[in-house]
Amino acid sequence: MRARRLGTGMWSALAVVIALAWAFPVYWMLVSSLLPNVRLQSTTPTFFPTGGSVDNYREVITDSGFGRALSISLAVTLLAVAAAIAFAFLGALAVSRFRFRGRLSFVLALLLIQMLPAEGLFIAQYKMMSSVGQLNSVIGLSVLYAAAVIPFTIWMLRGFVAGVPIELEEAAMVDGLSRTQAFLRITFPLLAPGLVAAAVYAFLQAWNEFTVALVVMTEEQSRTLPLWLRGFVQASATRETDWGQVMAASALVAVPVIIFFMIVQGRMSSGLVGGAVKG
Amino acid sequence: MTVSTAAGSKPVPAAAARHETPRRPSGNSGDVAESRRRSPRVPLLLLVPSVVILLAALGYPVAWQLVTSFRKFGLRQQFGQPPEWVGLENYKNLLTDPSLWAVVVRSVVFCVVVAFLTVAVGGLLALLMQRVTRAARIILQVSLLLAWAMPVVAAMTVWIWIVDWRRGLLNWVLVHLGFEAAEGHNWLAQPLSFFVVAGVIVVWMSVPFVALSVYAGLTQVSDEVLEAAQLDGASWWQRLRYVILPLIAPVISIVLLLQLIWDLRVFTQIKMLQDAGGVANETNLLGTFIYQLGTGKGDFGMSSAVSVVMLGLTVALSWHYVRSLMKEEAS
Repeated sequence: MRARRLGTGMWSALAVVIALAWAFPVYWMLVSSLLPNVRLQSTTPTFFPTGGSVDNYREVITDSGFGRALSISLAVTLLAVAAAIAFAFLGALAVSRFRFRGRLSFVLALLLIQMLPAEGLFIAQYKMMSSVGQLNSVIGLSVLYAAAVIPFTIWMLRGFVAGVPIELEEAAMVDGLSRTQAFLRITFPLLAPGLVAAAVYAFLQAWNEFTVALVVMTEEQSRTLPLWLRGFVQASATRETDWGQVMAASALVAVPVIIFFMIVQGRMSSGLVGGAVKG
Repeated sequence: MTVSTAAGSKPVPAAAARHETPRRPSGNSGDVAESRRRSPRVPLLLLVPSVVILLAALGYPVAWQLVTSFRKFGLRQQFGQPPEWVGLENYKNLLTDPSLWAVVVRSVVFCVVVAFLTVAVGGLLALLMQRVTRAARIILQVSLLLAWAMPVVAAMTVWIWIVDWRRGLLNWVLVHLGFEAAEGHNWLAQPLSFFVVAGVIVVWMSVPFVALSVYAGLTQVSDEVLEAAQLDGASWWQRLRYVILPLIAPVISIVLLLQLIWDLRVFTQIKMLQDAGGVANETNLLGTFIYQLGTGKGDFGMSSAVSVVMLGLTVALSWHYVRSLMKEEAS
């Protein structure tokens, strides 16, 4: 028994060491972002940001490129999420509340489309956007993003819609509500968590997306946040970089996403278990 | 884009959605379902917006690409010359030109090595999580989640800063461990070390999903079965090999498949490492190669052919995954 406890202690220590190593890049980003360039240039790295400041953040935020990229990213993401959720919700209703010919093939097609890599499509998308004059356009990019997340969003919402028993709606209809009323008053509120989860998923996808944006948003004026961040890395290839500022910029992009991700993690991890049970 | 940004991926929803499937009420029996079956126009109308946007943003490009892959479509065609039909010539070039072929081989090797490594490391971490105290497990899970949540582009900038040849932490550590040669060494300048760096980063990003999924699978292995095996004198290894592994094989095969699909399309990671000073030509994988052919050289015929190959590979790999999801749907 004692030997076993000792073993657990050792394994636990190992787990903590691995945990620290895994989180280290995130920690390093935050530490570096708080330090002035002089200290990052010194030959000895600084592991604790003692005497650090938020000057890097201030400089990044006041940089005009950041504001522009932020507003473009916000516009594209919100448009794409709104369109994706609205369209996918209707689609999810169709595939989960109705039986029709070709329903299963449609779902199958959605799942396959959902696996298609952007990298295998983006050149054609670029040609298409340029031929309809939608390069560097917020609307154009949002359409591409919405289309990219819709298949999976339908699949995800389909599960939520199917999870609300139709008997509830029927009961409400017996009590005198019309079908529309029953749907709006009974089913829709029960679907709210599912819609939020799907919206967060779509948000994270669109907010982080790099590949398609790189091809379609060719001008500096129309960069999204990931493209703006990439600009720093590109510059680092040819000249000394102010890594403190780059890390502050990274943190500004990453921290909201991390917080968002952690909030929805609870329901996501239960999903993981569920999926694994079914295998 | 689809579900994931390459190996950085946010695949949780995949599992989340799968989770919902079993909850489906078995069979939409009842009069309401019956009456709805009779009005086939409603569901089709509901599908119209999604189908229209999918056809416009994905369907058209796929079709254009298929057609263009049989054409000579280079810079001249961009300036007005009509594209010329060349049949399978682009594909023939792809198979015969060693420099093109090399990209395909490189991509497949990178994908397979990284995917297996990810699943191995993730699986080991999952086993580790089982043997540690609750506190240690939570610490490990939170740090894995941190790595998982990092946007790919932000993660790449941090890693590029860590491996930076002038002031990066990696070289400093190596020099202090006694490897003087690491001073000022540029890891991105040689293809091999470039891919080692890329591989480490991709593994770092992808392991959390695998570790947490496999761990979730492990928690489903019942203690009674394990105890019974232990009473029968099975060693830890035997229990792992003959009891645990067969029970979690479905989870393992799904995550491995997803990793293969995602690692085939690593783009952001490779592109950003190239931007940071890596040599571009010898470090191209499928994604960056298509990008270079299309936007750099304006050779749309060839880049379409490579894209079609990539789409084909992905669909072939995805088929099994999609089928297994559909089996749940049908049941």
